[in-house]
Amino acid sequence: MGNTQSRNDLLLLAGIAGFTLLAPWLLAPIGAAYPDLLQKFCIFGIFAIGFNILFGLTGYLSFGHAVFIGVGSYVSVWCFKLLTMNIIPAVALSVLMAGLFAAAIGYVSLRRSGIYFSILTLAFAQMSYNLAYSVLTPITNGETGLQVRAIRTNAELSLRDGDVRVIDQALGIQEVGVPITNLFGMKMSGYPGFYFCAVLLIICFYLAQRLTRSNFGVMLKAIKSNQNRLNYTGIHTRPYLIAAFVISGMYAGLAGSLMAVTDPIAGAERMQWTASGEVVLMTILGGVGTLVGPVLGAGLIKFAEQKVSSWNEGILNSFFSFLPESLQHFVVDVVSLFVGEGWHLTLGLMFMVIVIFLPGGLMEGFRRIMARFQKKPDETVAPDGAQQAAE
Amino acid sequence: MDGLFLQILNGLDKGGAYALIALGLTLVFGTLGVVNFAHGALFMLGAFCAVALQRIFATSYQAVSETKKDFLGNPLKEDVPYIQDWFGPDVAAFLMDWSVPMSILLAVPVMALIGVIMERGLIKHFYNRPHADQILVTFGLAIVVQEIIKHYFGANPIPQPAPDIVAGAANVGAWVGLGENVVYPWWRLVYFGFSAAVIFGVFAFLQFTNFGMVVRAGMQDREMVSMLGINIQRRFTIVFGLAAVVAGVAGAMYTPTLPPDYHIGMDFLVLSFVVVVVGGMGSLGGAVLAGFLLGVLQSFASMNEVKSILPGIDQIIVYLIAVIVLLTLPRGLLGRKGVMEE
Repeated sequence: MGNTQSRNDLLLLAGIAGFTLLAPWLLAPIGAAYPDLLQKFCIFGIFAIGFNILFGLTGYLSFGHAVFIGVGSYVSVWCFKLLTMNIIPAVALSVLMAGLFAAAIGYVSLRRSGIYFSILTLAFAQMSYNLAYSVLTPITNGETGLQVRAIRTNAELSLRDGDVRVIDQALGIQEVGVPITNLFGMKMSGYPGFYFCAVLLIICFYLAQRLTRSNFGVMLKAIKSNQNRLNYTGIHTRPYLIAAFVISGMYAGLAGSLMAVTDPIAGAERMQWTASGEVVLMTILGGVGTLVGPVLGAGLIKFAEQKVSSWNEGILNSFFSFLPESLQHFVVDVVSLFVGEGWHLTLGLMFMVIVIFLPGGLMEGFRRIMARFQKKPDETVAPDGAQQAAE
Repeated sequence: MDGLFLQILNGLDKGGAYALIALGLTLVFGTLGVVNFAHGALFMLGAFCAVALQRIFATSYQAVSETKKDFLGNPLKEDVPYIQDWFGPDVAAFLMDWSVPMSILLAVPVMALIGVIMERGLIKHFYNRPHADQILVTFGLAIVVQEIIKHYFGANPIPQPAPDIVAGAANVGAWVGLGENVVYPWWRLVYFGFSAAVIFGVFAFLQFTNFGMVVRAGMQDREMVSMLGINIQRRFTIVFGLAAVVAGVAGAMYTPTLPPDYHIGMDFLVLSFVVVVVGGMGSLGGAVLAGFLLGVLQSFASMNEVKSILPGIDQIIVYLIAVIVLLTLPRGLLGRKGVMEE
């Protein structure tokens, strides 16, 4: 039993790894194979995997997870500005800082559960967002956003407008214009950037898989199914919850840091609560509590966002040109509500449909379909099975 | 002292809006046990009732002017609103001027209808689902409603004028003996009075009518009431409609203070949820108290004297208080025992 499970896990991991690394070729037919979008798939995949460790395993719905994305981005960009354009220190420090933030926020928020926990995390996220736009502007550069600049020539210039990059300077690395992030000299834009994110996604997936299967993961699931009973058996659940919160915060920090790696700018809008809502949606769409679900959800939403929001009336008209003209106008009018600028409408509807009809997300949908197919042969043997399948 | 008094007024005005939204949220939660993230969208819909009414009044056709001519002596075309033809210029001008208060007449039936449809069509199916599911589905609904409004009314805020009679500022200082330099916009005073009246009305409705009595009994023990042969479900649906109406009129009347755009509801919703939680889930009095309290505290925090000591406090005060209250008073300020303590 244990053996088959670990073999299945290995197969799943191999499948994910293979798909991710071959994505530039596999996704080419649907027009998604350009590095910018592929990077987004990986980054939001990591974010959603991390969010799922908290929400999927423990059932605690955080509505402020985007704050760790923000922390990760800001820390990374400051690393680029102060230390070096090499991404290793930036990524490491971002994850560390996000973990510290998560520990602080989690320590307070996890005193309560249910909707109160959601409100507390939302409150912290809104506080961070508001502060980033107001008093923290020396650190966050307010609405303009924090950017990597050229090395400053005189010390009078504020650090926001001119960088120092101590390590790069000490190593004598020459810069021409505004520098690009790199991994020991390899430029982190385009496909190299995607592969860096992809490798991290695979590592993150592997870690999440191990974590889910471990004793710790089982404990988290136990918290979801009945926390009271755990408390009665004498188990103190809070340390487990805080650990889960910190881990998922670190995942989000990594995602934020990768956003800065692929595009070295950080803005507070990444922390807004709608961003937190987005990751909830990704996780729900894919399937809460499953391993693959969140990655699938993240990929689907980012893909749909990119595609659906780029369709305009011209494309629609040519698409529906097989219809009679009057009908074509009508159909185009109706459909154009949902595409282009109306993309969020589609998103909201998708969200509602999933929550109403398929609370387990797409993964549950697949499982149901699979179950249908597997039930079929039973029909002739056991009438009970046929009845169930018919329901 | 003058500044302090002004800030209290500011807080009461803003607190009025918070209290009205929080009251509706609490009504829905207390009766149906549903956490409604689409309540902010109802506030926004109310605000757009005001916009829609003004658009209706302004609907016009082009006619050749009798008096105005361009520089060549040809008669100019001018826009004539239909209401001017139907009711004459005096009534038309009056209607245009009073379109925001008038919009309440539009908002009440529209919002009641929307509320009942929403409850029967969607919320009904979510009574026994986990709170997380309720939050998510209503959040999705809120996005949908927002986007529809954005599609028809655009993304920019649409200013709505208050009636001329309450334009300008009232010399509040003279009334309470604080000197001549305490002046305050009339409309905000009106809004405060309006919100107080609505809150009073809702409480009186629940306290002194038969219907309200049954609803209160249903909030205490729903099964018992339905065993007595009362269709409590239908009454709760009506309560949902009432909550929608309260949110709607709150939104409609707020338009002269803050020009509405499609996400105005979300901005208020997050704060209102904090208000509800601070007041205590399920406690109507708590929601109103916390609404005004947080409104006043927020405007105190935005005074320059306070900001110079604690920079940024005005941005976070509401959330900070929510965190403190939630950690020290598990039930909120006036929460009942046993209602959503965990």
